[in-house]
Amino acid sequence: MSTNEPILSVRDIRVEFKIKKRNALPWQQPEILRAVKGVSFDLAEGETLGIVGESGCGKSTLARAIIRMIPSQGGQVVWQGRDLIKMNAKDLLAVRKEIQMIFQDPLASLNPRLTAGQIIAEPLKTHYPNTSRDEVKKQVRELMEKVELSARMINRYPHEFSGGQCQRIGIARALITNPKLIICDEPVSALDVSVQAQVVNLLMDLQKELGLSLLFIAHDLSVVKHISNRIMVLEFGNIAEIGEAHDVIHNPQSPYTKELINAVPIPDPIAERQRNAERRALAANA
Amino acid sequence: MALLDIQNLRITYDTPDGVVEAVRNVNLQIDKGETLAIVGESGSGKSQTAFATMGLLPHNAQVSGSIKYQGQEIIGRSHEEMNKLRSNEIAMIFQDPMTSLNPYLRISDQMSETLIYNSPDGKRMKKKDAIAECVRMLEAVKIPNAKNRIHLFPHEFSGGMRQRVMIAMSLLCRPKLLIADEPTTALDVTVQARIMDLLVELQEEFNMATVLITHNLGIVAGSCERTVVMYNGDVMEQGSTIDIFGKPGHPYTQGLLSAVPRLDRDEERLITLDRSFETQLAEV
Repeated sequence: MSTNEPILSVRDIRVEFKIKKRNALPWQQPEILRAVKGVSFDLAEGETLGIVGESGCGKSTLARAIIRMIPSQGGQVVWQGRDLIKMNAKDLLAVRKEIQMIFQDPLASLNPRLTAGQIIAEPLKTHYPNTSRDEVKKQVRELMEKVELSARMINRYPHEFSGGQCQRIGIARALITNPKLIICDEPVSALDVSVQAQVVNLLMDLQKELGLSLLFIAHDLSVVKHISNRIMVLEFGNIAEIGEAHDVIHNPQSPYTKELINAVPIPDPIAERQRNAERRALAANA
Repeated sequence: MALLDIQNLRITYDTPDGVVEAVRNVNLQIDKGETLAIVGESGSGKSQTAFATMGLLPHNAQVSGSIKYQGQEIIGRSHEEMNKLRSNEIAMIFQDPMTSLNPYLRISDQMSETLIYNSPDGKRMKKKDAIAECVRMLEAVKIPNAKNRIHLFPHEFSGGMRQRVMIAMSLLCRPKLLIADEPTTALDVTVQARIMDLLVELQEEFNMATVLITHNLGIVAGSCERTVVMYNGDVMEQGSTIDIFGKPGHPYTQGLLSAVPRLDRDEERLITLDRSFETQLAEV
């Protein structure tokens, strides 16, 4: 991890959604749901920041607001010294090749009518339209090898791949523009534990090799702890806690983090039964 | 006598690519009031085994072997006989609380249906009585303000609440065996902990046997007495949960256990499943 300027700094970002009530009269103001209520953090080069929290706490909304997939209602997102929020469309497109995203559902995030090769090549064709066909093919093959997919599978369609393989295609697609930051939105929560371990290892290896920064969103604290340098815990759109991964897990400061950690089951029958008994006793007293 | 006794269960499907064996040779027993976990990766046949027990397999499934419930054979029973068994003896909770409730019906309508057509005493229950009983059951699964909430539609509930409704619905006829197929996979960890506490509590209260199908080894460790490990349609090993987690006998179980990242340990790198046991299996 480098100690230089942060590659990304987010300052007081807010995201609001207007919710129109049923049977509302035309002049009535819509209700406002504040999904992200002023979140600030820095991300260093080559660092992994894990973002955890329950569903509805704003983790995915925050990620989407950072790369302007959805509009935000205030705050700054400074990417290498420039504010993404105020950027015009042309500059934004240029920045987007440096920030890529991996999604939760491995099959749904791939176009079923394109082959694996076409899917991986798409960002390249968008951002570097003048690349020659042979060059595109060469890069796609290299990337497939890098994410441990056989280059022979280049002409297969997404439904012919398993969940873990689809997620590898998603990773290859994110890597083809040589990004500096990858936002991973629950990349392993749809996978079996054995496949999950492979994909997590792959992401960690690639990060080391390419010096990537990662924003790793997940609800599984054990995976987040394993992959992250620092962890940010979100609660109803606010930061409940942010700190070094080891400290947050072993010495949580906020009651919300403690509750989350207590709820994660540990695959050890004797220890887990003791924890369960303690938790139930606590719940009975409360 | 075991409550449920599965012997040599084999489920196959004829597909254009040949015969697919979903379940090869499963033998397992569940005693009264016991909690049994079935673990394994997707495609290991754990849900197929559960569906066979419930008589819910698709029409093109070919089943051989035997599934005995209280000494009576289940395989080959007619639809009506299975309905009787499903309502009063064996109940099932499904993985996805979002899609297993009918979105067009109020909770009151879909819950009371079970009691009206299959009340425990054999008579047709009046709708009003059935709904009163449903409210009692919703209170048992700790849904606040159940009396008013029962008239809402499923989309007006959160995921955890919907799973509670599913549990309440499955318990209405006081089943002796509850099959829970990944009951908490779609839920947050905090909600998951609450649902598991609830299941354990209800199991003691109603003296049910529970089969918990899951791939979350942490949940198994916390609440199941015995564990069955399945892989590719076969039982790899079974035994007491403490033994299996403490001294896993089969390389597959060892692999599964070591692939899980743990909150109470710091590991440098996750150990991926060593698939070399597959060739050993093929040779046997």
